[in-house]
Amino acid sequence: MAGLHKSDFPNPVINWIDTRLPVFTLMQKEYGTFPTPKNFNYFWNFGALAVVALMIMIVTGIFLAMNYTPNVTMAFDSVERIMRDVNYGWLIRYVHMNGASMFFIVVYIHIFRGLYYGSYKAPRELLWMIGVVLLLLMMATAFMGYVLPWGQMSYWGATVITNLFSAVPAVGPGIVTWLWGGFSVDNPTLNRFFSLHYLLPFVIVGVLFLHVAALHITGSNNPLGIEVKSPQDTLPFHPYYTVKDSVGVCVFLLIWAALVFFYPNYLGHVDNYTPANPLATPADVVPEWYFLPFYAILRSVPNKLGGVSMMFGSILVLFVLPWLDTSPVRSCRFRPIYRQLIWVLVVDVLLLGTVGAHPPEGIWVVIGRVCTSYYFLHFLVVLPFLGKLERPLPLPESISRPVIPRGGGPLPGAAPAKPMGKP
Amino acid sequence: MADTVTVPPVGHVTEAPRRDLLKLVTVASAAIGAGAIAWPLIDSMNPSQDVLALSATEVDLTPIAEGSGITVLWRGKPIFVRHRTPEEIKSAEDVPLNQLIEPQPDSQRVKPGHTQWIIVIGICTHLGCVPLGNKPTDPRGEWGGWFCPCHGSQYDTSGRVRHGPAPLNLNLPPYAFETDTKIKIG
Ligand code: HEM
Ligand code: FES
Repeated sequence: MAGLHKSDFPNPVINWIDTRLPVFTLMQKEYGTFPTPKNFNYFWNFGALAVVALMIMIVTGIFLAMNYTPNVTMAFDSVERIMRDVNYGWLIRYVHMNGASMFFIVVYIHIFRGLYYGSYKAPRELLWMIGVVLLLLMMATAFMGYVLPWGQMSYWGATVITNLFSAVPAVGPGIVTWLWGGFSVDNPTLNRFFSLHYLLPFVIVGVLFLHVAALHITGSNNPLGIEVKSPQDTLPFHPYYTVKDSVGVCVFLLIWAALVFFYPNYLGHVDNYTPANPLATPADVVPEWYFLPFYAILRSVPNKLGGVSMMFGSILVLFVLPWLDTSPVRSCRFRPIYRQLIWVLVVDVLLLGTVGAHPPEGIWVVIGRVCTSYYFLHFLVVLPFLGKLERPLPLPESISRPVIPRGGGPLPGAAPAKPMGKP
Repeated sequence: MADTVTVPPVGHVTEAPRRDLLKLVTVASAAIGAGAIAWPLIDSMNPSQDVLALSATEVDLTPIAEGSGITVLWRGKPIFVRHRTPEEIKSAEDVPLNQLIEPQPDSQRVKPGHTQWIIVIGICTHLGCVPLGNKPTDPRGEWGGWFCPCHGSQYDTSGRVRHGPAPLNLNLPPYAFETDTKIKIG
């Protein structure tokens, strides 16, 4: 395998580097000419948006860490100092704080896209599973980040979430003590959370690399859910999708900026501006909005181990989704029944989120239980059977057909030299 | 604006410059945006408001005996406050300026009426060590002021550099006499 790469770049400096380390050829191949289905809608922006969010979170996080002190006596004040004294500290913190929400919104829509268009089905199962790993890593990162300001919600959130592990039979309490590094959430806990909160985003970057590598092996799915059949079905990634992604990025950044500048604390909880007090739990402990549906599932089960298992199970079920869904058709467009049921699932999850935001009393308990049951019913019962019962609509012959009604001539720039054909 | 532009004939010829302009505008606005985002991040590494607020230090001069000095901390830096003997004052005032590496009369380095007090930032102008010489028992160098142990720079009783490698005199902090026996630095 040894040997220099034969580079086509005319620029002598780029050519020299590329001959020895073909990164330019790689970028050109994977992001320049990369053949991409030509019928993407804006749902296909969200992966790129998540990458942008991740990068902004890492950059703002690094600058926050320059002024943050991970010590129980100083953490809260160091955050207040960032808000009041550090130049633009308020801006950096609000971007980071609201960035977590923006990141989750984008990734939840990204997951919805996968569910709606069947992107998890063969051959993209591993790509999907790597995605679920990314989701779990994001959740761990966000949770530990929320502990760092050491406000009341930080402290009690950390207490409640770490105590989840006490539900594990026999070794549970030992695990919790180990997580804490003591007998309650305290300085050792804060120190390790800071260390891990700094580490995990870089782990996410590594796993993201695998996610994208897997994507570039299978190629992207598309709104029709049928495979690319000929070069006519594709466009080079650049400039078509670099530009389409840029449009999305602009809108995304505008919304993020609107949150930061006009409603910086809208998604947060006031109690986190009260310093942590290990002796008094706030009246209602709620997690950040993006954890609410899972929190609702936890509370819907009147049994400690049961609730914890269901909560983790609600995410783990996504790992086996490619095998639970038995329908050979990917896109919801051609699945008349599933197209309705997926909206039921969306409403179900939104309702769970609402339940999670309310104290577990009265009607909320009932709604929570119904929604939790439906959530699992959808994945474990509906999907396996529906694939067998549902009659899908006829699939189009190729991507080009429905896009260009009469057969379709080659589009400018779309792999012009290649002969068409080979179905 | 529009009417000053000659409209070229429609056709493929116009495509390339139009595209170039679009690219240029896009890349330029992205660059401006990136710069606008970079600045708050860079500025956040400058001294923060609380650090700037900590910038004044008061020093009581009464305990400092003639011939010796003390070191106080101001903005994280050592400040030498030294009580000069009449001989030290005289030697500082009498040096011909052409013998100095950075010529500066002693009168510009002390406050009028308080010539016995020389107050300098105790950071060697070579590479930032703290010179010795506040205590009478310290090595003070050939010119009786301060001696830097790092690379051998020597300063006189006015804090002026007399022997390299340091290129400049010891810097003066901003300060004022609040009373005859009390100064406020910063
Ligand atoms: C850190 C979070 C994540 C980042 C940065 C990320 C990034 C990306 C990017 C850049 C793409 C290609 C563009 C696109 O198709 O939108 C992509 C595709 C994909 N992602 Fe993610 N992703 C993340 C999380 C997830 C999660 C949580 C899942 C599912 C559980 C997932 C499942 C998929 C699938 C199935 C595809 C292929 C979609 C298709 O071809 O239709 N990703 N991801
Ligand atoms: S630092 Fe003082 S002589 Fe080099």
